[in-house]
Amino acid sequence: MCTTCGCGPEELNHDHHHHDHDHHHSHEHEHEHGNGHVHSHSHDHSHAAENATARTVTVETDILAKNNRLARENRNLFFRKGIFVLNLVSSPGSGKTAILERTLLDLRERLRFAVIEGDQQTDNDAVRIAATGVPVKQVNTGAGCHLDAHMVSHAVENFDLDALDVLLIENVGNLVCPASFDLGENHKVVVLSVTEGEDKPLKYPAMFHNADVMLLNKVDLLPHLDFDADKCREMARRVNPDILIFDLSAKSGEGMDAWYRWIASRTRER
Amino acid sequence: MHELSITQGVVDICQDTAAGRRVVSVTLLIGELSGVVPEAVEFCFEACTKDTPLEGARLIIEQVPARGRCKDCSAEFPLRAYYSSCPGCGGHHVTVISGEELRVKEMEVE
Ligand SMILES: Nc1nc2c(ncn2[C@@H]2O[C@H](COP(=O)(O)OP(=O)(O)O)[C@@H](O)[C@H]2O)c(=O)[nH]1
Ligand SMILES: [Mg+2]
Ligand SMILES: [Zn+2]
Ligand SMILES: [Zn+2]
Ligand SMILES: [Zn+2]
Repeated sequence: MCTTCGCGPEELNHDHHHHDHDHHHSHEHEHEHGNGHVHSHSHDHSHAAENATARTVTVETDILAKNNRLARENRNLFFRKGIFVLNLVSSPGSGKTAILERTLLDLRERLRFAVIEGDQQTDNDAVRIAATGVPVKQVNTGAGCHLDAHMVSHAVENFDLDALDVLLIENVGNLVCPASFDLGENHKVVVLSVTEGEDKPLKYPAMFHNADVMLLNKVDLLPHLDFDADKCREMARRVNPDILIFDLSAKSGEGMDAWYRWIASRTRER
Repeated sequence: MHELSITQGVVDICQDTAAGRRVVSVTLLIGELSGVVPEAVEFCFEACTKDTPLEGARLIIEQVPARGRCKDCSAEFPLRAYYSSCPGCGGHHVTVISGEELRVKEMEVE
């Protein structure tokens, strides 16, 4: 039984049950664009009984309230322990793990790191990180498409938090869902590689809006591509005028120094 | 499909509030910028409510339009997306004033 979240051990598997639901129900969508422009979708189940004795209860609760509460607890814990925490998000294959590997190899003598690896399946990335000698915990989300604060709160139980300066969290490869789930990090860092479209920031605006830093990765490939880096940076700033952008290559090492200086400066500040 | 965890969150909140009473309907507020697709929540609702006091409840989703305010000229306007610029001055420093809602508004219980 977990004290902060009150969960039992079985909850940690995050196996969501999918029940068969082949019984009939009708879909009814009413689109009313009245004065409030409220767009209402009502989904009627045939077995839904309207009840004359029913009464309305005001709830007004944020659906993410539980995640946000656990994220706040994580953040408080990290603050108390003086740990700088980054949540790396991107599409699959943008180079999150490669950036982590290189960063760890280059900075491990100067700062004490730990890594949480989020993937739906396999511990391949954790094996890559472990090869750098840095403590790593793999979290498999199964069907889940994002890490949440609860998973992080348990993952960090594997580390000696008193002996840590920086916690790097590699989220599940996905530019949609991780945008909504605060993990208790200091900053979301979105990775975009030059082999993707320049317009990714406009296609996935919530993620670029919520991130404080963007790493434009694989710049070693720029000579071979038509990718317009200026246009890409301009689009990122349209969604988030304050976003900090580092152009770099985890492969050649180009541009990594500026990223390291940023991490080091944020770490010393604390 | 984080709508599955979102919908599970809705069920947890309603179950806590209902305290054993059967839930007849649930009204959600979902902002246009919340990243949550109402149809996907509807899709998950039936599976998530099975064998709970919400089983068979009516799901009502009110979508909240996105509005922004320009930090430069203070104009208020409907936002099409996070990257919409200010129609007044063309700037991109826009504060979102509505459209990020993700909330259980109310429910009917027996
Ligand atoms: N050319 C080049 N390839 C890279 C770079 N960074 C990562 N890659 C390659 O991109 C692929 C995906 O990288 P990975 O780190 O696994 O991406 P992740 O899914 O975001 O963790 C691998 O084949 C990497 O070798 C880079 O800076 N330049
Ligand atoms: Mg990876
Ligand atoms: Zn727990
Ligand atoms: Zn998802
Ligand atoms: Zn303006």
